[in-house]
Amino acid sequence: MDFTIILQAGIASGTVLLFATIGELFAERSGVMNLGVEGMMLIGAMSAFSTTIATGNPWLGVIVAMLFAGLISQIHAFIVITLQADQVVSGLSLTFLGVGISLVLGEGLSKAGTVSLLPNFSIPLLTLIPIIGKIFFTNQSILVYFGYLLVPLSWYYINRTRPGLHLRAVGEYPSATDALGINVFRMRYFYVFVGGMLAGLAGATISLAVSPGWFSELTTGGQGWIAIGLVIFAQWDPIRAAVGAYAFGALRRLILDIQGPLVLFGLANPFYYNPYLGFFLQMLPYLFTVVVLVIGSREAMRKRIGAPAALGNPYIRGERGK
Amino acid sequence: MTEQSSSKSEVPLIVEMRGIVKRFPGVLANDHVDFKLLHGEIHGLLGENGAGKSTLMNVLAGLYRQEAGTIFVNGEPKVFSSPRDAIQAGIGMVHQHFMLVPSQTVTENILLGLDDPRFFLRLPEYDAKVAALGERFGLKVDPRAKIWQLSVGEQQRVEILKMLYRGVDVLIMDEPTAVLAPQEIEGLFVTLRAMIAQGKSVIFISHKLQEVSAIADRVSVLRRGVCTASGVPSKGVSRQELARLMVGREVVFSIDKKPSNPQGVVLEVNDIYAENDKGLPALRGVSLNVRAGEIVGVAGVAGNGQSEISQVISGMRQCKQGQVLLNGDKVSNRNTLFGIQHGMAYVPEDRTHVGSAPNLSITDNVIMKNYRKPPISHNGLLDMKAATRLANELKTAYDIIVPSVSTPVRLLSGGNLQRVILAREISGLPAFMVAVQPTRGLDVGAIEGVQRLLLAQREAGAAVLLISEELEELLSLSDRIYVIYEGKIMGEVKVEGGETDEGLVDVIGQMMTGTPLDQIQKEGAVAQ
Amino acid sequence: MTESTTVKQKMPFRIRIEPRLSEPPAWYPALVSFGALIVALVLGGILITLSGGDALRSYQHIAKASFGDIGVISDTIVKATPIILAALACSVAFRMKLWNIGAEGQFIMGAFGASAIVLIPVLPADTSRWVFIPVMMIAGMAAGAIWGFIPGYLKAKFNVNEIISTLMLNYVAVAWVNFWIFGVWTEGGFQMSPKFPNGASLPRLLELSKTFPAVRGLTTHLGLLIGIIAAIVLWFIIFRSRWGYEIRLIGDNPRAAQYAGINITQNTIWVMMLSGALAGLGGMSEIAGVVHRLQTAPIAAGYGFTGIIVAWLAKLNPLAIIFVSILFGALILAGREIQPSGVPKMIQGIILVCLIASDFLLRYRIIISRGEE
Repeated sequence: MDFTIILQAGIASGTVLLFATIGELFAERSGVMNLGVEGMMLIGAMSAFSTTIATGNPWLGVIVAMLFAGLISQIHAFIVITLQADQVVSGLSLTFLGVGISLVLGEGLSKAGTVSLLPNFSIPLLTLIPIIGKIFFTNQSILVYFGYLLVPLSWYYINRTRPGLHLRAVGEYPSATDALGINVFRMRYFYVFVGGMLAGLAGATISLAVSPGWFSELTTGGQGWIAIGLVIFAQWDPIRAAVGAYAFGALRRLILDIQGPLVLFGLANPFYYNPYLGFFLQMLPYLFTVVVLVIGSREAMRKRIGAPAALGNPYIRGERGK
Repeated sequence: MTEQSSSKSEVPLIVEMRGIVKRFPGVLANDHVDFKLLHGEIHGLLGENGAGKSTLMNVLAGLYRQEAGTIFVNGEPKVFSSPRDAIQAGIGMVHQHFMLVPSQTVTENILLGLDDPRFFLRLPEYDAKVAALGERFGLKVDPRAKIWQLSVGEQQRVEILKMLYRGVDVLIMDEPTAVLAPQEIEGLFVTLRAMIAQGKSVIFISHKLQEVSAIADRVSVLRRGVCTASGVPSKGVSRQELARLMVGREVVFSIDKKPSNPQGVVLEVNDIYAENDKGLPALRGVSLNVRAGEIVGVAGVAGNGQSEISQVISGMRQCKQGQVLLNGDKVSNRNTLFGIQHGMAYVPEDRTHVGSAPNLSITDNVIMKNYRKPPISHNGLLDMKAATRLANELKTAYDIIVPSVSTPVRLLSGGNLQRVILAREISGLPAFMVAVQPTRGLDVGAIEGVQRLLLAQREAGAAVLLISEELEELLSLSDRIYVIYEGKIMGEVKVEGGETDEGLVDVIGQMMTGTPLDQIQKEGAVAQ
Repeated sequence: MTESTTVKQKMPFRIRIEPRLSEPPAWYPALVSFGALIVALVLGGILITLSGGDALRSYQHIAKASFGDIGVISDTIVKATPIILAALACSVAFRMKLWNIGAEGQFIMGAFGASAIVLIPVLPADTSRWVFIPVMMIAGMAAGAIWGFIPGYLKAKFNVNEIISTLMLNYVAVAWVNFWIFGVWTEGGFQMSPKFPNGASLPRLLELSKTFPAVRGLTTHLGLLIGIIAAIVLWFIIFRSRWGYEIRLIGDNPRAAQYAGINITQNTIWVMMLSGALAGLGGMSEIAGVVHRLQTAPIAAGYGFTGIIVAWLAKLNPLAIIFVSILFGALILAGREIQPSGVPKMIQGIILVCLIASDFLLRYRIIISRGEE
């Protein structure tokens, strides 16, 4: 087994998680938890794939995916921001809705033939860096490179720009932010929309780049939920989110690839000769998410850092005694 | 027709509010209120808790929208649909609860909501601007410090800076002294006067007569949403007069109190140390005791460890060192259940978030402490008939005004909710009760009722620890008073016979500002 | 001075939204839920039409295929049975604001636990029903409870978000069962175990057809009775027991519960175990009443997720859950034949969305009055 190839593929698969995680991170920073990531990703994957089939243009597929998922996210935004309902329950219902809609609209898509995918390319010069060049900059999808840009940009946006300052304030202390003339409701709608668009992009990344095609619910296979777990692990920081997302991507690849070779580390590969042991490998990403949550939660408790203070609470304006 | 509003006096009116009406569900908070602010004055806005002062000013600051009435600024009618509008018209408010984002720096908080910087923050540049502005008004604070690292007084300075940075001409201060120690209050007054000297105007909201007479040029008074005095020069009116305007009758504090007859020690707090929610030390070696049949007060400026004392005693907070004994049994660092089972009652500061379950019925709320034993439960099963019966008895005995005991308590008024909590705590016939701010936010009638209930507990032989920020309340109810400052007990004084003694108030005041009792006595001896 | 500037809006109608200050009458929440259901069906119809289907026919089909005659009504009830138990599982956890999204996994583990009794085998194949069924019930509940204990413990001790942990364990449960039916208990290499002996199956109505010919062919099984009894017992626990009082108090205000001396850590673990046990019982009932062998697809069919919606629609009331489950049983039963196949799932999603949105009407009053004040 060549680990650089696994890691190279892992980065690509981690890009899916990266988009979804950063999207959720933006929404949560503004104070809205959106548990509908899985549903929005499915919507994105389905609409990207079907648009590409219909038009032959994968870029159009990406745009439709982002817009459709962003639109779906606004249902959640309306329910929790305007109607002030419980964010957990609303997010769950959005997942149901997203899964249902993508299944209905994606009917028959799995039998569709091949489509034109997003381009892969290498970055000249950077590929020459030993190991790193091979893993990060050789024959990756354009979306992977976009992911590399998204991480520092997100960090800079949140921590060093005026809108980022407002975003941080809205999630921590909405009434104070409102008092200074920042429209809390509009900001929250906006960042939920951003979260939805990035979840849609994550879906499109699956169906048009990482594992092309439409396989109904199996297309995402719970990655939306892993992304929500990663936000907690990342402590709402884009850089940590990237580390988590790529690590998970690599793990997912490793699990797929470890079952292939006859010989593993000089021994007969038990996963090759007893394929049913592979089910234990399948559990790993999910178990690992739980482990990551335990680590993240303990660290947060120790350092007394936590979620944005207003996360999960509706903002009610002009309430008496506030 | 606007000339009428600005031509009457030689000093121009900077703000005029006319016929303001603001209604909240079930309450008429402002009933056709008029208010006039002159240029360059400090205007005191007096009124009891709940009189509608903050509401009126929240309307002026653009946070609330009035149902009727008009606001004029410099003679121009204005409609504020947000605080931003008000700030643009030159009016800014410093709220009682600071509106600062704890995880951000001073400069970041000040820049929040402004158009400059346009996109990139470039903090160092703005740090310098903030520092310069602070210099100009004598408001010293480090622009790079995070808000959570600052003391309450410093945070208030940030709030004022935030408004000055926006170039407001009118600064509304909502109960600015409630969180300050006396020296800090003096510092604030100096700042306010400096602002007047530089051409600003200030509205100073308070329910404390002395402060308003000390700082304000003119005074307006609100009572139950109605304006009872408008722009009276503060030099020309006596405190008694203002007090009558505030409460609508002569203030006579005469609660009949029988002489105390304390028995053995019930509660003993020995040298406890504890941290607050932020992990900073809140209590540093507090010791006190309460005997059966007496009310012992704890006085102090808000945030000096009072909440933490009650939490450690009740078992809701761990202490690092020391212990609390209830009739000789250790209750600290156990769970709350141990105290409950050993006759401790606790009236918490936060009635809605700690003392009650808002969506559960009155019945479910009154059995919170005794649902574990008969007659409310037998063998793990609840007897709902017995529970309802108990709730109905308490409803009658404690005057809880509500159609049915199945009403969820979130629908109760503050006074009724407090009666539900007191009914529950007292009906358990406690040997010891700790009550924190039991009358805060209640109307005058409700306050008297609550105070009588506490005295009845004392008469019944219970030991009562009363933690309050209202010195008058402590003086009229307590037999002894401990004063706390920065998590330390500064001293203990006896209250004789209930008469208010100027000397006593003075000593307590000095302790509240951090002078230990023995030092006061030593200096007193020297002076004599 | 005239009223020059006021904030009154000149509109033919004024719409005001006010928080409710008194409790609405008892029938009101039911009416709002019913209204939300109707709105959801209309919206679903629009979506079906938009995606090229015939909404009216789809709904007619659902009604006929689920309540058309005694036979399909019985089938509807069979579908409702696992939903009842899964929804009870969700309701008890939600009551304490523990977001157990893992009823699905606990359900699967319950099926696994019950199957293990037959497949290991713990009891010989010719064991009497009267021994087999109780032992399988206990095993199913125990397996579900263990699957609930893990996230409960992590939540109580490390403050691990239970939404994510329960969800992750769903996937683990599927992989776990797949391992056993592929690797250990496979029947001829297929993804299923051998069929269970008769003693390991729940009695069905059709077995009485010798005495009562009317019940011939009716597949309704003892699981329904188990579900109804569980609902009644759970109602009693929640509203009439000390433990239920503690659960309600923690759910409404954890700080008040701490103030009342209630151990939240312990209750978190116990409630998650109870929740898991109920879901596990559902898995047992499905495996012993319908499937009669261990097989992934019919067990991991989303009952745990439907349980979430049903619990919410029933406002967490155990008795209401029985009736709402039957409604959803009908939807799932009829949905099998509807094309496209995602329609039932989509309608479930729309119903949940509408229900949550409708809660707004319970907290606020919307007053529409004519003209200005």
